[in-house]
Amino acid sequence: MLQDKDRIFTNLYGFQDWGIEGARKRGDWSGTRELIDKGRDWICEEIKSSGLRGRGGAGFPTGVKWTFMPKEPTGQPHYLVVNADEGEPGTCKDRDMMRNDPHKLVEGCLLAGAGMGANAAYIYIRGEFYTEAEHLQTAIEQAYNAGLLGKNACGSGMEFDVYLHRGAGAYICGEEMALIESLEGKKGQPRLKPPFPAMMGLYGCPTTVNNVETIAVVPTILRRGAGWFSSFGRENNTGTKVFCISGHVNHPCNVEESLSIPLKELIEKHAGGVRGGWDNLKAIIPGGSSVPMLPKTICEEVLMDYDSLREQHSGLGTAAVIVMDKSTDLVAAIARLSKFYKHESCGQCTPCREGTGWMWRVMERLVTGDAEIEEIDMLLEVSKQIEGHTICALGDAAAWPIQGLMRHFRDEVENRIRTKSRENFKAA
Amino acid sequence: MNISYQPEIFEFNTEQCLKVKKILACYPQDRKASAVLPLLDLAQRQSGGWLPRAAMDHVAEILEMAKIRVYEVATFYTMFNLEPVGEHVVQICTTTPCELRGAGSIMKTVREEIGVGPGETSKDGKFTLLEVECLGACVNAPMMQIGDYYYEDLDEISTRKILQAFRRGETPDPGPQNGRKGSEPVEGLTTLTHLTRG
Repeated sequence: MLQDKDRIFTNLYGFQDWGIEGARKRGDWSGTRELIDKGRDWICEEIKSSGLRGRGGAGFPTGVKWTFMPKEPTGQPHYLVVNADEGEPGTCKDRDMMRNDPHKLVEGCLLAGAGMGANAAYIYIRGEFYTEAEHLQTAIEQAYNAGLLGKNACGSGMEFDVYLHRGAGAYICGEEMALIESLEGKKGQPRLKPPFPAMMGLYGCPTTVNNVETIAVVPTILRRGAGWFSSFGRENNTGTKVFCISGHVNHPCNVEESLSIPLKELIEKHAGGVRGGWDNLKAIIPGGSSVPMLPKTICEEVLMDYDSLREQHSGLGTAAVIVMDKSTDLVAAIARLSKFYKHESCGQCTPCREGTGWMWRVMERLVTGDAEIEEIDMLLEVSKQIEGHTICALGDAAAWPIQGLMRHFRDEVENRIRTKSRENFKAA
Repeated sequence: MNISYQPEIFEFNTEQCLKVKKILACYPQDRKASAVLPLLDLAQRQSGGWLPRAAMDHVAEILEMAKIRVYEVATFYTMFNLEPVGEHVVQICTTTPCELRGAGSIMKTVREEIGVGPGETSKDGKFTLLEVECLGACVNAPMMQIGDYYYEDLDEISTRKILQAFRRGETPDPGPQNGRKGSEPVEGLTTLTHLTRG
């Protein structure tokens, strides 16, 4: 188990001052200038060898992503955009970082900016996070007043600005290209890639979009060293991670743990176990609503990291663990997610716009059993036609929960249809 | 659309004008449109929680955007209300993580307490009820947002208390209603135990 001395987010629950005084006591903003002085290549190399992978869901190696930015100034501004549009059902980790430890993110922006050659950072925070935005805005102002940001950031000679931008309620803006569109003052509809943002992102300028957690861990990694960070977890799945444990557990909570911690251990140690005991477990969605659910048998053994969850046809996603005990109507739980994706589809691509609504309507009938057995295959077939056929991954995200349900609990869905048709037959 | 309640004109008041200036300074001068979300938010706050057409037109004028581009944005994002709302907007999350922890019964309680269903405003004009998707407080489910603040770890009793307090003109303390701080495990810390509170 990870020890407190190795935890990055030491104010995760907000017991201490989140302002600059408290942040400094926790070690933030110490030696920042020296880290910047070590230069862009050193920062990128250090992040690469730490093994840090994107914490927003896709898990792309962060240091590698930064090297996609132009090596030399291009005559136009280069941007870091922080994706703080947290909205994946089950996920509420960035919220804690922004309201309780905002300086980690602000300092992270500066250091990541130095690592990728950016001139400014925009933090795009979801509009509903009002308190979080207030804390973050205050932290940014405190950093400017202390000379840590601005013309001569931390006395390093580097000019760097950080701006906060509030969204206005749209899950799709968590998709990097939709986020950029939204930041430009448009509807949040994803752009086709290529061109990739590192070439043409915000305002057509070179841009890198990173998740809050990815950026907020950067200062600590640079201070304590890549070797320290990579000593946690398994090869290719290194570091610490904030997990969100929700649903049918005794004590739902957020907690920072080592990657690759066994799922069962995570739940029993920190969330007080499954409601009614481990044997009362039915299924778990291990990485936010978009990833396929896992049945109890797999949950016994699986490790919470990118590779082991992928081996089980699921994913680490945002590391939001949604626990469902035996009282759960899994079909209804997934139907509710289908409704979510229908609601959040931006309407740009036909397979997603039409398909999410179609899948939701079928799912609603599967909840009551008012369907034919053949419709299950038809639903899976349609989900395959949506998956991979849209500009962004929202179509995939809508398809996967349904595929996960049918992969592990098809019997349950079929039984419900049979029971219903027997009832209908008797009634007739 | 019933246009009888649409005011003829809208202009930012002096206080808001200062904020507009501050917001515009965050974006390159030739990229004013970037300020459309924050300006619409300001306009909505000044107009009592909803966005009249005149306000959208005013924002379009300030940002040198075609009106239709502003309408497009205002209708795309769920936080903009295009019709008048009650004094307090109550938003209940019913997405799966909240649903698993009893969002259904919170919805029922709120409906009973304020006497209207989702999308409606109570007769006294105090409350507008909205059913919304994930608000990102899943380990503190079930929860609702009233105005700008989150009320979390709700049960039937705390939900009623909160609404009754708002009705009396009070603003109850937001956050978890079961005595815990933030997202800590309710029965005591399993990590960060060496850190003192306060």
